[in-house]
Amino acid sequence: MEWVNAIVQGILTGGFYALFACGLSLMFGVMGIINLAHGDLAIIAAYVAIALIPTTHLPMVWAFVVIVPIFAVGGYVIQRTLLQASLDRSPFTTLLVTFGLSVIIENVLLEVFTANGQSITIGTLITKSFAVNSTITISYFSLTVLGVAIVVLGGIQLFLSRTSTGRLIRAVADDREAAQLVGANYRHVFGIAAAIAFATVALAGLSYGTLTEFVPTSGVTTLLFAFESVVIGGIGNVWGTLVGGVVLGVSQQIGAQINPAYQILAGNLVFLAVLAIRPRGLFGMRTA
Amino acid sequence: MSGPEVAGPLLEVRELTVYHGQLRALDAIDLAVAPGETYAIIGANGAGKSTLLRTIAGLHHPRAGHIVLDGRDITREPPDRRLAGGIALVPEGRRLFPSLTVEENLLVGMHKARTGPFDMQRVFDLFPWIPGRRKQRASQLSGGEQQAVAICRALLANPRVLLLDELSLGLAPIVVRRIYEVLPALVAEGVTVLLVEQDVAQARQVATRVHCLLEGRTSLTGRPDELTAEQIEEAYFGVSSVSSRSSSPSSAAGTGG
Repeated sequence: MEWVNAIVQGILTGGFYALFACGLSLMFGVMGIINLAHGDLAIIAAYVAIALIPTTHLPMVWAFVVIVPIFAVGGYVIQRTLLQASLDRSPFTTLLVTFGLSVIIENVLLEVFTANGQSITIGTLITKSFAVNSTITISYFSLTVLGVAIVVLGGIQLFLSRTSTGRLIRAVADDREAAQLVGANYRHVFGIAAAIAFATVALAGLSYGTLTEFVPTSGVTTLLFAFESVVIGGIGNVWGTLVGGVVLGVSQQIGAQINPAYQILAGNLVFLAVLAIRPRGLFGMRTA
Repeated sequence: MSGPEVAGPLLEVRELTVYHGQLRALDAIDLAVAPGETYAIIGANGAGKSTLLRTIAGLHHPRAGHIVLDGRDITREPPDRRLAGGIALVPEGRRLFPSLTVEENLLVGMHKARTGPFDMQRVFDLFPWIPGRRKQRASQLSGGEQQAVAICRALLANPRVLLLDELSLGLAPIVVRRIYEVLPALVAEGVTVLLVEQDVAQARQVATRVHCLLEGRTSLTGRPDELTAEQIEEAYFGVSSVSSRSSSPSSAAGTGG
């Protein structure tokens, strides 16, 4: 039963990883941007919530409602300015720019919020859980995060496959030049994709800040798990990212079950195994 | 059949000079395409034909010169604005969106469509096999089928000028013939066609005017029925090399060895 519990907890963690990773996957799949500041952006969202809640006395749910659209707009603006300018130079420039962004964000957060660990408090929901049986208890909040991840990933999938804007995003991802020839302003399309990615990263950061304590540098460590989820699932594949996150989460929990010291190691080993056996990920590249 | 051209040219290129890095790909090219014309640009590999079409579509920025559509200078406009203005390019190599279905490729082609004769039904009339395969991925089509879908995708934008880059590239002659068979239907709908073709015989057959490029310069222009095969051959391969070889065989042998 302890093993079943490890798997259940792994799936719950995997939901969070997938939520964290889907923006990364989208930015790479559409623009070819490897966003090294992805994790730090998530942490910004958590800090914004911490700064916002005491001053505005907003209930937590409303903080979510405010922060996510702000991030979406911010994503569009950053894509159209900084990231587009670096893309126009070279992919390597883009990598350096996002790395620089990551360093700047961490240091500004340290300056403003200090290195003390903090956490978003949402009242009693965080501690509530229900027991399936004597060994398996499921936290309501973890379950909520998994549900949000499924809804977000499913929503992105539907958006990409069913709407005309989604179709345009896939066209631009396939062949930017050909998309221009059919009248697409690819910079605007990139902006839309970045807006979606930033909205998901805000959700991920708020979830992270609620699930656990965070410091300004927490983004970097979490980014590694997001990368692993994306690569395991297959870059640019929306459902693959969810499976990748779950595979990673379950491997970590099973590793921890064998020996608590093996948690991260087990995840990394599974990641390396997937890379060695299926370098394009379990579900290959590209969105459906 | 043809009277004097009352209206001005629909598409005009003036003194167009384009560089690829240090290389001068086009050198002061002039051309004027009248409404309803089928204008063919011919020339050997590397003559600058594709560069010319891509520059007209907005994918390359000229170093000098102007591109004028119906009296309006569009030299500085990005490709998406030119499409809205009525210029659509079917690029070399088809360039369909491989992960999208045939239907999705066509829908993307419609997203900034002008009003005009072409809608889904009309392009299905041109290539009746398309509706049956609309759910297939574009990457699963054969080269000829991809070329047909690429033409439809461009037509759905209802362009005033359709640019066709090397339709015949990599396709079997029978497939090429079938694709060229739809050209008269497009012209009948009022579409002006500017095409690039390596196959001179094919170009002469369909074009109302032929324009030959040689190493980025215009080497010959004229109506296909007024031009002799010899003239075209000289313009295509370069007159100077032919004459120098015939006049001084010893020096040609020297450079050849």
